[in-house]
Amino acid sequence: MKTISASPRGRVPWVLLVPALLGLAFLVLPLAGLLIRTPWPTMGTRLAQPEVRDALGLSLFTATLATLVCMVCGVPLAWLLARVSFPGLRLVRALVTVPLVLPPVVGGVALLLVLGRRGLVGRWLDSAFGITLPFTTAGVVLAEAFVAMPFLVISVEGALRAADLRYEEAAATLGASRWTVFRRVTLPLVAPGIVAGGILCWARALGEFGATITFAGNFPGRTQTMPLAVYLALETDPQAAIVLSVVLLAVSVAVLAGLRDRWIS
Amino acid sequence: MSLDAHLVVRRPAFDLDLALTAAPGEVVALLGPNGAGKTTALRALAGLAPLSAGFVRLDGTDVRALPTELRPIGMVFQDYLLFPHLSAVDNVAFGLRCHGARKGAARDQARDWLSRVGLSGCEAKRPGELSGGQAQRVALARALAVRPRLLLLDEPLAALDAHTRLEVRSQLRGHLADFGGVAVLVTHDPLDAMVLADRLVVIESGRSVQEGPPAQVARHPRTDFVARLVGLNLYRGFASGHTVALDPGITLDAAESLDGPVFLTFPPAAVALFRSRPDGTPRNLWRTRISMIERHGDRIRVHLDDPLAVAADVTAAAVAELGLIEDSQVWAAVKATETHAYPA
Repeated sequence: MKTISASPRGRVPWVLLVPALLGLAFLVLPLAGLLIRTPWPTMGTRLAQPEVRDALGLSLFTATLATLVCMVCGVPLAWLLARVSFPGLRLVRALVTVPLVLPPVVGGVALLLVLGRRGLVGRWLDSAFGITLPFTTAGVVLAEAFVAMPFLVISVEGALRAADLRYEEAAATLGASRWTVFRRVTLPLVAPGIVAGGILCWARALGEFGATITFAGNFPGRTQTMPLAVYLALETDPQAAIVLSVVLLAVSVAVLAGLRDRWIS
Repeated sequence: MSLDAHLVVRRPAFDLDLALTAAPGEVVALLGPNGAGKTTALRALAGLAPLSAGFVRLDGTDVRALPTELRPIGMVFQDYLLFPHLSAVDNVAFGLRCHGARKGAARDQARDWLSRVGLSGCEAKRPGELSGGQAQRVALARALAVRPRLLLLDEPLAALDAHTRLEVRSQLRGHLADFGGVAVLVTHDPLDAMVLADRLVVIESGRSVQEGPPAQVARHPRTDFVARLVGLNLYRGFASGHTVALDPGITLDAAESLDGPVFLTFPPAAVALFRSRPDGTPRNLWRTRISMIERHGDRIRVHLDDPLAVAADVTAAAVAELGLIEDSQVWAAVKATETHAYPA
């Protein structure tokens, strides 16, 4: 068995080792506790309950849809940030990352003010098209996309910046327009970055709580996603909360496994 | 197709100002040391580097305002830049598709081009599965497939090992001979330039310092860079008849009779070294100092300085017999028949 030390630069100082182990325990113990307290024998029946199934289904559906929305707008946005220089570029990049640091509840309030029935845009959507977004499944998708898009944009922009520009130049010398270059050269070259960004974005959307409950509310079957169901179940049926939590944990681990090549090693 | 270009690219630490012309079918090599601006010139022709001033006329039409994708060019990059996600045949078909060919037709033509460069059977291979020489030929096929009027080659052989290079060089020469448009080739290897080009343009610090057919440039270098490349000692001097006075106060006799400012060259092998002053009074004899001795192929290169910096090639036996060591004094002599002068 290997022992700690053995580094050629001498022993690991305990002032670093002790807090490091404390931190590790702090991160791992709650998850272990969750697994220990899980009612494994009744897991199957609890998962089959309609409320759980609805919440899980809704979460997967909205997170996937939100990721698609983020892809359609986020990849071109990342391209714009990485490939086109325009005045205010740095400001735009800063604005894109705001939802990353903004408390999600604030995002939900902001969405409500703009897209709510009496909001700046929502009022017009309501009167002209009869479309209401708040407290609907579409609202869930919007709330999740708002919070998750920066993850995709930043990841894809990084991939675009790391990609060798000269391939795009080579394509141009062969007569490819910028759109053709993007479609046939850039996109395939940064595909791994887009996939990684998409998974990250999807995971963030799946876990979204604050913006969703503020903008879309908490209606079972319509806007009650997994995180909302966990929070609600904790007060009425703690066992159910644990089961739902374990499912979310499993999904997170799966995401991590999917990204291991890019983010961990 | 003819080329008439004046390329001016100004950057903070660099300045290119190059006039470049080429007749139909001509292969022009831009030769120069690293950082001289060769690649920048090529990129300017392709539209990849914006011109600060000047023009790029193809058959009299200025294409300066055209973006790269609309210029009738083909380009072979130094490390080929084959699209890693496409097979060899799809790499070659890429440009044809961009020019409006349907997928099937583009593939057929691409297969045809691959067989022309001797790569039948490699169609399905990804760039990662190709050898250096194969990748180079795919890159050439890809550039030629769009039937460019101006073919640009950036160090096309630099990434190959010595053996492959020999083979690919002679093939490239054949393809360039068949190519009807203008080809501009960038290289820092004089051999590539001599073998492949009809005309050399030597660039140093963003300026053309010498132009001409390879044989003439090799015989009559006009800068130290070219002289080093072709292996000649080069000096500036002032001729009165056969006698040329060089800067450090030495006069040498040349084979040619000229008057006025001249360049003077002689090959290192034409220099003879003596321990003591040789008998008789040969012309072109001076006393000098050995600054460095090094191997140079199967010969020994002796560097002389003070008063004149000279490279002399002697045999290993001569070094031993004469007891040549660094920092010692010797007599150097050059035959007048191997000393050539030409107007500066």
